[in-house]
Amino acid sequence: MGDPALRPAEWDFVAARRRLEDKPKSAGEKLTSIDAAAGHVADGDRIAVGGCLFSRTPLALVREVLRARRRGLTLVRNLMCTEGELMMAAGAVERVMTAWMSIGLPWGVSKVMRHYVESGAVALEEWSHLALGLRFRAAAMGVPFVPALTMLGSDLVAVGGMKTVADPYSGETLAAVPALFPDVALLHVHRADRFGNCQIDGYPHMDADIARAAATVLVTTEELITDDETRRHPDRTVLPGFLVDALVHVPFGSFPHECYGLYEADFDHFSEYTASIDARGPEAAVGDYLVRYVYGPPTWDDYLDLFGGERLAKQQRSAKELTQ
Amino acid sequence: MNATASELLAVQGSRVLRDDTTVFAGVGVPLLAAALAQQRHAPKLTMVIEGGIIGPRIKPGRLPISTNEMRAGHRAQMLPGITDTFLFAQRGFLDYGFMGGAQIDQHGNVNTSVLGVDYWKPKVRLPGTGGANDIASLCKEVIILTVHEKRRFVPRVDFVTSPAWLDGGDARRRAGLPFGGVSRVVTTLGIFGFDPETRRMRLDALHPGVTREQVREQTGFPLLEAATVAVTEPPSADELAMLRALDPERRFLG
Repeated sequence: MGDPALRPAEWDFVAARRRLEDKPKSAGEKLTSIDAAAGHVADGDRIAVGGCLFSRTPLALVREVLRARRRGLTLVRNLMCTEGELMMAAGAVERVMTAWMSIGLPWGVSKVMRHYVESGAVALEEWSHLALGLRFRAAAMGVPFVPALTMLGSDLVAVGGMKTVADPYSGETLAAVPALFPDVALLHVHRADRFGNCQIDGYPHMDADIARAAATVLVTTEELITDDETRRHPDRTVLPGFLVDALVHVPFGSFPHECYGLYEADFDHFSEYTASIDARGPEAAVGDYLVRYVYGPPTWDDYLDLFGGERLAKQQRSAKELTQ
Repeated sequence: MNATASELLAVQGSRVLRDDTTVFAGVGVPLLAAALAQQRHAPKLTMVIEGGIIGPRIKPGRLPISTNEMRAGHRAQMLPGITDTFLFAQRGFLDYGFMGGAQIDQHGNVNTSVLGVDYWKPKVRLPGTGGANDIASLCKEVIILTVHEKRRFVPRVDFVTSPAWLDGGDARRRAGLPFGGVSRVVTTLGIFGFDPETRRMRLDALHPGVTREQVREQTGFPLLEAATVAVTEPPSADELAMLRALDPERRFLG
């Protein structure tokens, strides 16, 4: 499991292009249910998750993939937070590709990550933050690699199996950052119309590149807008509808993570979660968390009820203060 | 006024930053150092945060916890994507980068990935590089801010997450990094530079009251010493007051 070799399916730009050419690219209806959307994920898939750390994480989609008891996944995300921990503890992933994993400085190094990675249950393949971004960008461009000046000379090169290339003009050594074509992308956006044209406020993170890189794109949206509203502000559209395969309307679809301008992350919830891990260990604590928040509540609304309306409203006020 | 370790690092770090420059600042002490410099002597300094933020105005008492959240982007001038933010550094727009780490070696290389000899079977799995490798590779000048402890200052890091001078000499250049590198290591005991030929770490200045002996005891490799080892100016009452106003809850100042 811990082999450093790149898997050809990650960078095979010809195969990735054929896969896209064979796929319908409809301008039609994309709205569906959350379980139907998650049904696009198969065991063993390489899935890329949009947003970054605890910002605009598509948690409703992640939850549904876990409820479908998927196995053998490779999870790719530039900075990983609680969604990665839940995937590890649920036994859904065998490999994660990331630049950094934990919740944030106040909560220390992730004990869940340490438990599953140090025991060998999950392989953590580390790339630099820019290198992962460029892997998605190369794939979004449809090319097998992009030259760059990062990761050179470090031990990260051997971990991911990255190669170097000589600049044909100057002869300088450059990093040949390989493309990464995910099977499925999971994304959460601020607003979209029923045809899948999506708009994002605030941090764009890597979502636009991830959507172009993936074979299948699943999106949840905070707000559903009309076709007319999309056409009034087309400059705000970051994902065209033809590349989206499934769209689900899920207000608070990132909670307890944040959604820029709409609600701040629930830091108290993170503290309660990590306190329980400190007290009872990763397997027992996260196991119970999965039952309470993932496997138990049948719908996302039932899930949000566990937090309660007052908590959601407080996080909404907090977001307004910070962005106005 | 007595300064805590974090306050000392933030103040000393802030003094390195010149006006009319740009700095890649991570959350915690680096961000406080940059914000302090901006308030005191470098009003034309632009902060860049790796989550995709250019020119934020940090809200006192609402310091960001991650580089990718609303608190970090408060009153920012631009929110580019993450990849594009790093590409500003690859192009050469970023003058300074701050870093810290679990291990630092005599050539300034930093480890934030794994402790132990086998990456795939780590004794301790650490959070990882995040953007540290990119900052170390791409900024014009990198400054390490760290507590000075023997377990951190090792002859050779277990894993080179972020390259400084690699094996010394012109190793960095040969690896394909013809620019940048760690210029200074600011610790709780003093300030360190690197010999321009061998790229070995060199004691340049001690904080008031710290002896060379203390530094040697807390360093796991032989240090070079500058011909004249200076003594740093302690944090002023002014600097500490400004710093404490930024973090009244002492979330990062300890």
